[in-house]
Amino acid sequence: MRKLAKFTIVAALAAGLTSAAAHAEDPFIIVQSTTSTENSGLFKHILPIFKAKTGIDVRVVAVGTGQAIKNAENGDGDVLLVHAKKSEEEFVAKGGGVKRFDVMYNDFVIVGPKSDPAKVARSKDAAASLKAIADAKAPFASRGDDSGTHKAELKLWKDAGVDVKAAGGDWYRSTGSGMGATLNTASGMGAYALTDRATWISFKNKGDLTIAVEGDPKLFNQYGVILVNPEKHKHVKVKEGQQFIDWLLGAEGQNAIRSFTIDGQQLFFPNAGQENMKKAG
Amino acid sequence: MSESGSIFSLALGLVLSGDAELWSIIALSLRVSLTAVALACLIGLPLGAFLAVVRFPGRGAAVALLNAFMGLPPVVVGLFVYLMLSRSGPLGVFGLLYTPAAMIVAQTILVTPLIAALARQSLADLHGEYDELFRSLGLSTGATIAALIWDGRYSLSTAALAGFGRAIAEVGAVIIVGGNIEHVTRVMTTTIALETSKGNLALAMALGLILIALALGVNAAVLALNRTARRLAYA
Repeated sequence: MRKLAKFTIVAALAAGLTSAAAHAEDPFIIVQSTTSTENSGLFKHILPIFKAKTGIDVRVVAVGTGQAIKNAENGDGDVLLVHAKKSEEEFVAKGGGVKRFDVMYNDFVIVGPKSDPAKVARSKDAAASLKAIADAKAPFASRGDDSGTHKAELKLWKDAGVDVKAAGGDWYRSTGSGMGATLNTASGMGAYALTDRATWISFKNKGDLTIAVEGDPKLFNQYGVILVNPEKHKHVKVKEGQQFIDWLLGAEGQNAIRSFTIDGQQLFFPNAGQENMKKAG
Repeated sequence: MSESGSIFSLALGLVLSGDAELWSIIALSLRVSLTAVALACLIGLPLGAFLAVVRFPGRGAAVALLNAFMGLPPVVVGLFVYLMLSRSGPLGVFGLLYTPAAMIVAQTILVTPLIAALARQSLADLHGEYDELFRSLGLSTGATIAALIWDGRYSLSTAALAGFGRAIAEVGAVIIVGGNIEHVTRVMTTTIALETSKGNLALAMALGLILIALALGVNAAVLALNRTARRLAYA
């Protein structure tokens, strides 16, 4: 019995650790990215195409943009693919990344309960709608997690001239969690929320929520891709990482992004190499 | 009420469908948590036995600390292991972050205090019974610890099961150090968190049922093993 127990423990440890090591032998890169790209299913659609061509396994860590950038700064990833242009440019300027490229865009929408207590339905003016929500003191669920969506939301509140900090805990509810979790919260308490369209379309627990505001150019959501700086972090897989970026920005990657649809709707719009950003929508 | 029924049939359907992805996620969950518990037993049982047997100044404080660490928040352990294993951290050169090995490390840290504290408690009682016998035999501290662990193995299996329960159920640590990477570090709990965030509440709940069934299975297996061993020992 004692021998058996010993053997079992040793075998379990050996199995646990060796198979952990075996995984590390395949060529792979780690991409720090956002929940919107992962949760919407985009990566599930495009990564197998890339893997079939290059044999490179892309391992996606999907967190909020703030955390993704922080992880990339620490060198815990080879490529960064997020959506907060200003933060991305700061990241490159500080030497964390090599160069930033536009990859694709989608847009944000403001969703809210069908009863529409703030009377903003079918508005195309995001800032004015937020002002109306604030004036009506209608509940609003915010990411509150320093993600790209949260940053975009704060900018819109600023444009609307509303101090949401003062309203925290009242009608303004900061969930401090991911997009899906925030939508679950909004759905549960009949609140408005800002969400990227991709997550919204693939989200299954809409409940009473519906799109209230869309089509404002301010709701444009640009994604950028950056190779983590190998001069700062020597272990960065430059060759494979660059290969992934080149593929994403090239015709094949851009077509792969374009061909991703849910219920016949295209969710991301490739725009690599285009100087002038198109309007969203 | 009909919703809970549909969740149950969804869970059953998932298991019966033999979905390869689900099974690989279940296998990884078991591998990570069982390895972590085995490591935690290797460290925690002798540690608990040592604290039960040996008197030294500061022992009370050590026991109190150990008991407090039973409640280590998983997310804090995850953050700590992340900072250690991050490429910018002291152990970054090994490249262990975002691998199952990192998850095993985090869960080992999480459950070792629990196993050690429970072991100390049950072995202290046992030691009280055997103390005089051990003394008359002139056993060394090491031999006493080994004898106690061997003698108390059945009650210690409960400590190991408690550790397993904590490991298999936690999400806070593994999602930080594993990164919830598909096919690589995605386990049951991180899948449930992900499906919840996608709004797939029924699927998330169905996966939760499977996780509970899994824990039940492991507990039943250990219980059966214990019984067989006991029967053989006293036969």
